[in-house]
Amino acid sequence: MSTKYKQVAYYPGCALEGTGHAYDRSTRELGKALGLDLVELKNWNCCGAMEVKNVDPKLQTYLSARNLSIAEDMGLKTVMAPCNGCYHNLKKAEYDLAHDAGSQEVTDRLSRKAGHRTYEAGKVTTIHALDWIREAIGEDGIKARVKNSLTGLKVANYYGCMYSRPRHIFPEKDKGPGSESTYKPHFMDDLLAAAGAENVEYPLKTACCGGAHTLSDSDTSTKLVLNLLTTAEACGADVIATECPTCHTGLEMHQVRAEKVFGRKTTVKILYFTQLLGMALGLTARKVGVPENLSDPSELLRARGLG
Amino acid sequence: MATIRGMSLDDIEARCEAMLVASDAALSAAAVQRADELLALGEAVLEIWLAARGGVPTTETVEGFRLLALHRQGARGEPSFNACRESCRELVYHHNLVRLDPAHAEVARRLRLGAMVARHLVLFIGGKLEVAGLGEFCCAARPLRQSEAQANEIV
Repeated sequence: MSTKYKQVAYYPGCALEGTGHAYDRSTRELGKALGLDLVELKNWNCCGAMEVKNVDPKLQTYLSARNLSIAEDMGLKTVMAPCNGCYHNLKKAEYDLAHDAGSQEVTDRLSRKAGHRTYEAGKVTTIHALDWIREAIGEDGIKARVKNSLTGLKVANYYGCMYSRPRHIFPEKDKGPGSESTYKPHFMDDLLAAAGAENVEYPLKTACCGGAHTLSDSDTSTKLVLNLLTTAEACGADVIATECPTCHTGLEMHQVRAEKVFGRKTTVKILYFTQLLGMALGLTARKVGVPENLSDPSELLRARGLG
Repeated sequence: MATIRGMSLDDIEARCEAMLVASDAALSAAAVQRADELLALGEAVLEIWLAARGGVPTTETVEGFRLLALHRQGARGEPSFNACRESCRELVYHHNLVRLDPAHAEVARRLRLGAMVARHLVLFIGGKLEVAGLGEFCCAARPLRQSEAQANEIV
């Protein structure tokens, strides 16, 4: 166990206050159960998400940079973002500020206009919730704390796209043993295996779910998600573990839509990895926000003695 | 290698579906042929994408596989195409897995998983042919609406 991430700045982002509220709840409860200190960024703003980035990527860089500067002002060196979109945007801002003079100029201009200090690349490190748990507690630490083992629970780990793409904004990945892989991510697999879960071989871990086009081209998204779901079932999974609110909502929503529109019913359950780890540590399903999920896994969880 | 030239995306998807519903016995009996067919189907999908963009699909290989060379070709100047990078590699992996041990007890299951990966490739490329921006925003971290916004002087 490392003390490096014992205390981190917590950037929940907008999704975790809305559709991904269960992820926020389970992340906070998991941190508490593990004795980790999450300090929420004061007066944080949107990371620039889809809406801003689509129109003006430099403005998105500024918005993310402002969050990083808040962490710095709070005396924190690490920002933990559980949402893949936020994580991706903060990492991208860090990259752009280090490599693009235009982004630096816009960020400086807007920071002055907004009346705060300009963030300089390299002052704060952005990590994902997976990095946080893995580094601060580790697999052995999880094993030692398990109260309700996930033994017998077959899990397909779905990472989605923004956790590892594009590769150049994640310089710490693909560095060999111990580092995360963009080809075949495994941090979530490792943590859940430590909690007793049986990870199934899932060949679509990072495959496209059509997320960004879920409203403009719903049928494509539904078909892509349906393939993710049926493949997970074919792999023998009881549960798809997620680590992103957008992936999670997309899987749940299109699971319902696939049945309504295409008459294709799938029964695999979808849970955040923080919910699974929390329950393995003895937290109740309610405590980790399971009742807030769209798909109801209560029967499965009861059968496994969880929650 | 199975002949798949001239197949449409719908034909390719139908071939994947056929493999998914085939019996274990049928898949096991022709495991190597089916594994080669999966790879060929993947190549055909990428050829369709490249041809639709006015390109000439390469005959080169990367790491010994044309599928990976086609992916590299498709991703040139089109970083969102990396959204299917892992799917291509998974397809190669499942092909190799079957090829290495065609008599393995799980060979039918391996072929079906390969067919699911191939189907994902079909769906993704089909989606990109409908909406070219698929994967652009997320996998390539590129803006979708910047030019429109500039044209309308929003930014």
